[in-house]
Amino acid sequence: MRKLIAGLILGTSLATAPLSAMADTPKNALVMAFSIDDIITLDPAEIFEFSGAEYSGNTYDRLIGYDIDDVSKIHGVVAESWDISEDGKTFTFKIRDGIKFASGNPLTAEDAAFSLRRVVKLDLSPAFILGQFGLTKDNVDAKITAPDEHTLVMEVDKPYAPTFVLYCLTAGVGSIVDKKEVMEHEKDGDMGHEWLKTAYAGSGPFELNKWTPNESLSLVANDDYWDGAPAMKRVIIRNVTEAASQQLLLQKGDIDIARNLEADQLAALKGNDDINFQKRAKGTVWYLGLSQKNEYLSNPKVREALKYLVDYNGIADTILAGRGTVHQAFLPDGFLGASNDNPYKLDVEKAKELLKEAGYPDGFSVTMDTRNTTAITAMAQSLQATWAQAGINLEIIPGDGGQTLTKYRARQHDIYIGRWGADYQDPNTNASTFAWNPDNSDDAAAKPLAWRNSWDPKEMTAETEAAILERDTQKRIDMYKDLQKKVMAEGPFVVMFQETEISGVRSNVHNFKLGPSFDDNKYRFVTKD
Amino acid sequence: MSTVTSTRRGGRKRARLLSGPGGSVVRVASSVIITFFGLLLVTFLIGRILPIDPVIAAVGDHASEAVYARVREEMGLNLPLWQQFFVYVSNVLHGDFGKSILTSQPVLTDIARVFPATLELATLGTIIGVILGVPLGVFAAVHKGKWPDHLVRIFGLVGYSMPIFWLGLMGLLVFYMKLDWVAGPGRVDAFYADFIEPTTGLMLVDTLLDGDIDLFWNAVSHIILPASLLAYFSLAYIARMTRSFMLEQLSQEYILAARVKGISEFRIIWRHALGNVMVPLVTVIALSYANLLEGSVLTETIFAWPGLGLYITNSLLNADMNAVLGGTVVVGAVFIGVNMLSDLLYRLLDPRARR
Repeated sequence: MRKLIAGLILGTSLATAPLSAMADTPKNALVMAFSIDDIITLDPAEIFEFSGAEYSGNTYDRLIGYDIDDVSKIHGVVAESWDISEDGKTFTFKIRDGIKFASGNPLTAEDAAFSLRRVVKLDLSPAFILGQFGLTKDNVDAKITAPDEHTLVMEVDKPYAPTFVLYCLTAGVGSIVDKKEVMEHEKDGDMGHEWLKTAYAGSGPFELNKWTPNESLSLVANDDYWDGAPAMKRVIIRNVTEAASQQLLLQKGDIDIARNLEADQLAALKGNDDINFQKRAKGTVWYLGLSQKNEYLSNPKVREALKYLVDYNGIADTILAGRGTVHQAFLPDGFLGASNDNPYKLDVEKAKELLKEAGYPDGFSVTMDTRNTTAITAMAQSLQATWAQAGINLEIIPGDGGQTLTKYRARQHDIYIGRWGADYQDPNTNASTFAWNPDNSDDAAAKPLAWRNSWDPKEMTAETEAAILERDTQKRIDMYKDLQKKVMAEGPFVVMFQETEISGVRSNVHNFKLGPSFDDNKYRFVTKD
Repeated sequence: MSTVTSTRRGGRKRARLLSGPGGSVVRVASSVIITFFGLLLVTFLIGRILPIDPVIAAVGDHASEAVYARVREEMGLNLPLWQQFFVYVSNVLHGDFGKSILTSQPVLTDIARVFPATLELATLGTIIGVILGVPLGVFAAVHKGKWPDHLVRIFGLVGYSMPIFWLGLMGLLVFYMKLDWVAGPGRVDAFYADFIEPTTGLMLVDTLLDGDIDLFWNAVSHIILPASLLAYFSLAYIARMTRSFMLEQLSQEYILAARVKGISEFRIIWRHALGNVMVPLVTVIALSYANLLEGSVLTETIFAWPGLGLYITNSLLNADMNAVLGGTVVVGAVFIGVNMLSDLLYRLLDPRARR
């Protein structure tokens, strides 16, 4: 027996002898922990998810780009310059010389034309971004052409605001793919889609090395990149979904950057000299959608009262803890024409008065479909507490993302608490979502958020449509300011916060840039000591 | 205790079927087929009854209605339910579980990729659990009612009742952060992940096949903590069962006879009694192994371990129904398989079962 115990102790001490983990991450490689399980495809004509957007933003070139610190400054990338015809309907781009794809093929105007036509023809989730310009499967061959190697011509159906067209080309669907390479992998007329879902055919600063779904994404530098080779020769992104695990990996130096730290982790890492924080306001807002099918919520006084019943600062400070700021307009800060007025604050007395005027001095009961994530649940609980002070009994109905969303899309909710991320960098993206609803019937063709909440924004629909045709940028800005003001005052949306992305970065890592959209989170300029 | 006794009885009954004349083999085969078919039906129905929309998972929340409608049709969701089930079963019989929305890969390819990670973890966990759990159980039985017995039982109880999530984080905090004895989350250091070409998918085997000793030790230092955590979980169960089996044996007459004959106490306990306990223990170990194979979801989350548990959870959260159904069917098949295997072993080890 004694022998056995001795053996056990010996065995344990052997098992716990330091197994010496390997050294820190190499100097010319960037290693990140990031929740990348939302990547479902690597084809830029299909990518419509946050991590996917970041992948295509680092690996593909687009025609147009913008300054991530001032998005009103638009510049050419693959397009060196462009002209817009007198009638505003023809855009002619001059394609830059000397860009090569990873395959070695030169990038020509035909590749650019092919890439845009391909998006329209495949008609996958993000295709509507180009479809907005009257481009269809049937007409796109005639509307987007490459008369010579350096010239790309794109015709749109209406004289849109030039900024509208150009911003849409900065989106992921504007990524230029290698026509020759892609078509070599075509199967059953799919324009190489099946293949490109897991492969790479671009010309960006990084190339795909390997994607293992739910596990890791690894990139290698394109040393021949036309705009200068990146310092990091490899980028390895490891799917780590648990924030606490990300924190430990970062503290130990096993990774350079942790991308999904939550309030607890941020607090724990504060004051750690080895770690810096990189912050950036994103194009995402948290809001409440109030269904106008509900008799209480369709009362304008009630809607106004609810806007005074949110503890904006409390939630931003404690629940979001730096991952969001108070923002009450539907256009996130950083967008052309965004309004940063936040007129509402928690005011229970005022809300009570409004409820009395509405005819509900004793309040009422209402339900809220709440996604089971920490932040959203905590926000809903805070709302429940403040609404109770005004006599409103809020019942929280928890569910996972799929459940709550299914109900929301079917217009079966009372209140939905959610996040909305912009689809592209032009203000129309959110205006056409929050302030536009051409048909409020149950079987409408277009189902924007205004529709989901059964709200007819009346003349705002026309104003939204007019704003994309306004070619004077200042006038256009004014139109969006006006729309935001109206939706804020009358709309069934309580927009509360704008998301801030925060990354924890080891102090020896420099120039990791976060941009306003995930496409703009760039690894290109990163250096390490 | 009562559950295990019934498992043993069931085991004997099934074992007897195997040994009977040809007809009983057919009966076993048909019961496996019926079980499997029931599994398919239940998982399919759960997948369709859940109030979530797989189309949204595929196209995202922002997609237009036209895209939504087209994908819905492509996914076959326009068909009546019975027809969908028919299509599903006939596909499964052809080895086709459909494509995962999340990875754009056939579900079977995905499972073949993630399963080895779970297999490796669960196997090591079970080995550690058996190596520690069986002697602890014997130790407790021999000292029944005295402090070593209580100690083992408390140790086991803690392992059984402690939230595995908390225990995992504490383990990381102590052994990885503070003491630096083991490596952190992941199967190897993040940087090395894409240097390994999976041959078997088992990291410990692949690194050795590549002849990369450094990487092998790196993988060992990554697996030791999560495997120990799982081991602690199964150890509690194994030790408890070993203890009660041993107590049963030690009260038997042949033990008394052996003592009278003057055989050493060590020999009596470790050869005679344990030898007999080994038979029912096989079922216990097999069940706990099967449990680890499907039940390590939280461990896989904390340790960023890309295995089957993480795959199914993630698929479920994202309404990736093909992947959920495929994964569940595989887990079910593993259970059926392990059960059959333990019955078979039981029959081989215990001559009485063959009677």
